[in-house]
Amino acid sequence: MEFTLSKKAKNFTLALMGSGLLLTVIGLVMSMGDHHFKTKLLTNGLINSFFFFGIALGALFFLALQYATETGWYASVKRVIEAVAGFLPYGTGLLAIVLLVITLMDGAHIYQWMDPSTTDPSSHHFDKIIEGKSAYLNKVFFWIRTIIYLAAYLVFWRGFRNRSLEEDRIGGTEIHFKNYKKAALFLVVFAVFSSTSAWDWLMSIDVHWFSTLYGWYVFSGIWVSAMVVIVLLTLYLKKMGYLPNVNDSHIHDLGKWAFAISFLWSYLWFSQFMLIWYSNIGEEVVYYMMRIENFKALYFGMFLVNFAFPMLILMSRDAKRNVGILTFVGVVILAGHWVDVYIMISAGSLGANAHIGALEIGLVLLITGAFIRIILMNLTKAPLTPVHHPFLDESVHHEI
Amino acid sequence: MSDKVIYAMYDDDEVLKDGAKKLVSKGVKIAEVFSPFPIHGIDPIIGIKNTRLGIMAFIYGLTGLLLATVGMRFFMVTDWPMNIGGKPNFSYLDNILAFIPITFEFTVLCAAHGMAITYMLRNKTLPGMPAQNPDPRTTDDKFVMEIRLSENANFSESDLQTWLKETGIIELDQKEIN
Repeated sequence: MEFTLSKKAKNFTLALMGSGLLLTVIGLVMSMGDHHFKTKLLTNGLINSFFFFGIALGALFFLALQYATETGWYASVKRVIEAVAGFLPYGTGLLAIVLLVITLMDGAHIYQWMDPSTTDPSSHHFDKIIEGKSAYLNKVFFWIRTIIYLAAYLVFWRGFRNRSLEEDRIGGTEIHFKNYKKAALFLVVFAVFSSTSAWDWLMSIDVHWFSTLYGWYVFSGIWVSAMVVIVLLTLYLKKMGYLPNVNDSHIHDLGKWAFAISFLWSYLWFSQFMLIWYSNIGEEVVYYMMRIENFKALYFGMFLVNFAFPMLILMSRDAKRNVGILTFVGVVILAGHWVDVYIMISAGSLGANAHIGALEIGLVLLITGAFIRIILMNLTKAPLTPVHHPFLDESVHHEI
Repeated sequence: MSDKVIYAMYDDDEVLKDGAKKLVSKGVKIAEVFSPFPIHGIDPIIGIKNTRLGIMAFIYGLTGLLLATVGMRFFMVTDWPMNIGGKPNFSYLDNILAFIPITFEFTVLCAAHGMAITYMLRNKTLPGMPAQNPDPRTTDDKFVMEIRLSENANFSESDLQTWLKETGIIELDQKEIN
């Protein structure tokens, strides 16, 4: 069945973008004369471009995971996953533009190591620790890495999408086995890149500090956000009368993923926090001191919501099959993970000067509107049920 | 009370499933199915209720959580407070992070062991218990359906046997049990 954008969806996304734009402009005007104006604007750009880019990347990873494990049940929701992953080119563009502007402004107080004075021994901004890291953290190498990450993700995405559409036309199992091999390769590449890109784009904001676990923590965050978006989109399509092959068992399985990955995220967050708390070394605790000093309620509140909500509410089998409960928990933890990214970035760049105001909310609404619109447009470009997927029959009869 | 049991043997799980559907639609009550592996979708056909093992797992887990908390509160704070890594155990709440991993492990331990033992008790398959299985071949490649006459008082024995034979069985056996 072909998907068409309803008038309501068009108006809703337009309203989101419109109100977002209005709030953004108000926020911009309000903070125009602000001393931190540029840093604030770029921090917000980085937060939102990374968050939505991350959702698309998480969906791409999830798709590759299904190919590599030759999963059957997901075939009926494959196009939903692809639609979310289809935001990747737009997210990549957005992220690249924000990173480029930040680089041209010598870090804009977000990436301190981009400021030439920090590695200049004659300057009073000279920083010995940053100088020690400058073999890895310098503009040229940063961009070489960034371009490699983004290009690799885009090439894999294009390949998966083209083969998926080709499978609709010609069928057979050859494409399936090709996807299987490419997906295995992607997972290996992604295992390295997801960690290193998190160090480059996010961890280097707190440039003195490092944690080897950070990459997995960021990765689990984007994965759970992607799962939640996939669940919400599936529920929406189901409600609109599409996806006749998707039954309670598929929804249950998607709910299980959202539930399980919430645990993975909480586990990694806690592991990092507890080890640093226990060893209590000045160089390490500084990261948490900055967050506890300026964002105490928001930081721990975000952790509690992202951990306790899915754990307590989604634990039972019936809850994972209930549309209302899934939607409610999904929206709440999606917001929770946005706050996670917000604190991850602004605690290092703005610190005490960060607060959630008109600009922050406006930009989220604006990009959310565009994000939803693009995802729904992606859905219209291919049949909602893959025509010749080799496991389609298994998926139709999925029952747990 | 003595009862008569009919054992119908199949060599294919799909044939058994189709047969069970036909019998149930006639109103026959099937007491049990023995199979070397779980047959997907047989539960709703022969009317087996959803398992309550998950609820028990939650209760066992909660027990573990409470036991671990109370235990560590007593060992590490009340009875013998130690200073570990510059963090003296004067208060449980201040040092709660240090206790969470053990609480988690003990919760999982209690839930997993409790579930396994409950499962084996309920199925009467604890090590050393006599086998409930009517035919050793059902642990290899055969499937047996068990029908009790006392539960099917509306039907005659010969009717049941005729219907069973129509479903593609390979062997029919019956036994008196007390």
